[in-house]
Amino acid sequence: MTRRAYHSAAIAAEIAVPVAILLAWQWWTVQAQDPKFPRLSTILVEFRDLWLFSQFELHVVPSLIRIGAGFGIAVVLGIVLGIPLGLSRWGRIAAMVHIEWWRAMPPPALLPISVILLHSIENRQKIAFIAFFCLFPILLNTIDGVRGIDPATFETAQSYGVRGFERIRRIVLPAALPQIFAGMRTSLSLAVIMMVLTEYFSSTSGVGYVLLISKNTLQLAPMWAAIVLIGLLGYLLNLLLVLVERRVLAWHRGWRAATAQ
Amino acid sequence: MSTDGGHLLEIRNLSKTYGSGAKATHAIGDVSFAVDDREFVCVVGPSGCGKTTLLKCVGGLLRPTGGHVVLRGSRVTAPPEEMALVFQEYGRSLMPWASVRNNVLLPLRHKKLSRSERKALVEEALGAVGLTRFIDHYPWQLSGGMQQRVAIARALAYQPSILLMDEPFASVDAQTRGDLEDLVLRVREEYAVTILFVTHDIDESVYLSDRVIVLTHAPTEVKELIDVDIPFPRDQIATKALPEFTHLRGHVYRLIKREQAQPEQQLATATAVTKGDSA
Repeated sequence: MTRRAYHSAAIAAEIAVPVAILLAWQWWTVQAQDPKFPRLSTILVEFRDLWLFSQFELHVVPSLIRIGAGFGIAVVLGIVLGIPLGLSRWGRIAAMVHIEWWRAMPPPALLPISVILLHSIENRQKIAFIAFFCLFPILLNTIDGVRGIDPATFETAQSYGVRGFERIRRIVLPAALPQIFAGMRTSLSLAVIMMVLTEYFSSTSGVGYVLLISKNTLQLAPMWAAIVLIGLLGYLLNLLLVLVERRVLAWHRGWRAATAQ
Repeated sequence: MSTDGGHLLEIRNLSKTYGSGAKATHAIGDVSFAVDDREFVCVVGPSGCGKTTLLKCVGGLLRPTGGHVVLRGSRVTAPPEEMALVFQEYGRSLMPWASVRNNVLLPLRHKKLSRSERKALVEEALGAVGLTRFIDHYPWQLSGGMQQRVAIARALAYQPSILLMDEPFASVDAQTRGDLEDLVLRVREEYAVTILFVTHDIDESVYLSDRVIVLTHAPTEVKELIDVDIPFPRDQIATKALPEFTHLRGHVYRLIKREQAQPEQQLATATAVTKGDSA
């Protein structure tokens, strides 16, 4: 098989499976006639009406803003806190207990208190909540990534007088970046979960809110449409991050391939 | 500190002990020597004699336990700007995320230079090692010998007066090694740089240097200082066929051989003594 043919076949296989699943779903829902499982075609029509036109700005945009802001804050904080902790043994001794304690906290346990403390039904509480739980995978991966840097790399920097901010920017950050990205991927899927959770708990807008309202009013087609949308959002956001990672860490893939030989 | 002697670099009664108490390892016993401006000095010794430790102390990366290193009359306590180090493991000392250009540029960023000066230094250094064409490659896209040339270019662009080289060619093949040796001799002229070169290869030490320093086994001391009176430019075939070369390499070889035999004898004696005590 030529390389081109191989790629075409791979893409065809990737598309064929979901198409087959969707067809099976449609067939089964037509057969079943169960109001709890509306037809796929009904869900898709609902999806188009709800999300693609009328309510995109009303509900999807706020959700995306919350994910974006919460995740963005977590990335910045995770790196800004993680690098000094990765470099300092005493810093880690002082901080690790607290990090591990908060990390072990199940998010729903903090949801009520976050609503009371940041008593707002709008963005502040949601962004803070998303950022807080997205912080830990990035923070821990940054610390690990920095600790894992080859001592020879630091020695080189030291011998050439590279220190302070230059050392962080040119040596520490790029060396730890592959692992920081691993943390970011974990955090991004967490961000979607937290978004749904906070919006489902208290909100007047967002995808999670639509989910809640359609459940309460027993409108099953919009509910299914919301579920499809949430899955799609998670998938597309991850895809976007992977594309960014591929660009930023192109050197890492090449280097690993070269050193594996 | 006194500035007597007028040597460019002086190592005075340097010693280095790792750990303390019963677990202490005496890596360097007492080492003193001096290097003059534009001299090429090679340091050889039996394996495990603390050559790398010595070089790291000289370069200000390790703090010696006793004695000190004096560069142009002032004590070295941190890596001085006048020194550049070329490590043995180019694969670890070059940054895989940076292009060849940015690797060479890295130590220049904090120097007070204009953009165009930096650019010129980088291009000049890469030109000197014959890698101009590969300036936008990543180091891992190059062969081992080429990567070590990038490391040499990085050291040269830093414009040191002393180049410290720690077994730089230990992990390249023999052919490449010869080429790199000649390259170092050439850039030494072009950049008018003093070189302190650590190696375990006896031929290499005699071929490259004005002077060979032979070390003892650990705790290391200076065994002998040998002047190499072979004219420059040197040639891989002609120089190595000279009777002086053959004589010197034989002499250095015998010195090191004798050193390598000794620790085993000492160990045997020590064991015998212990046994005698317990009996």
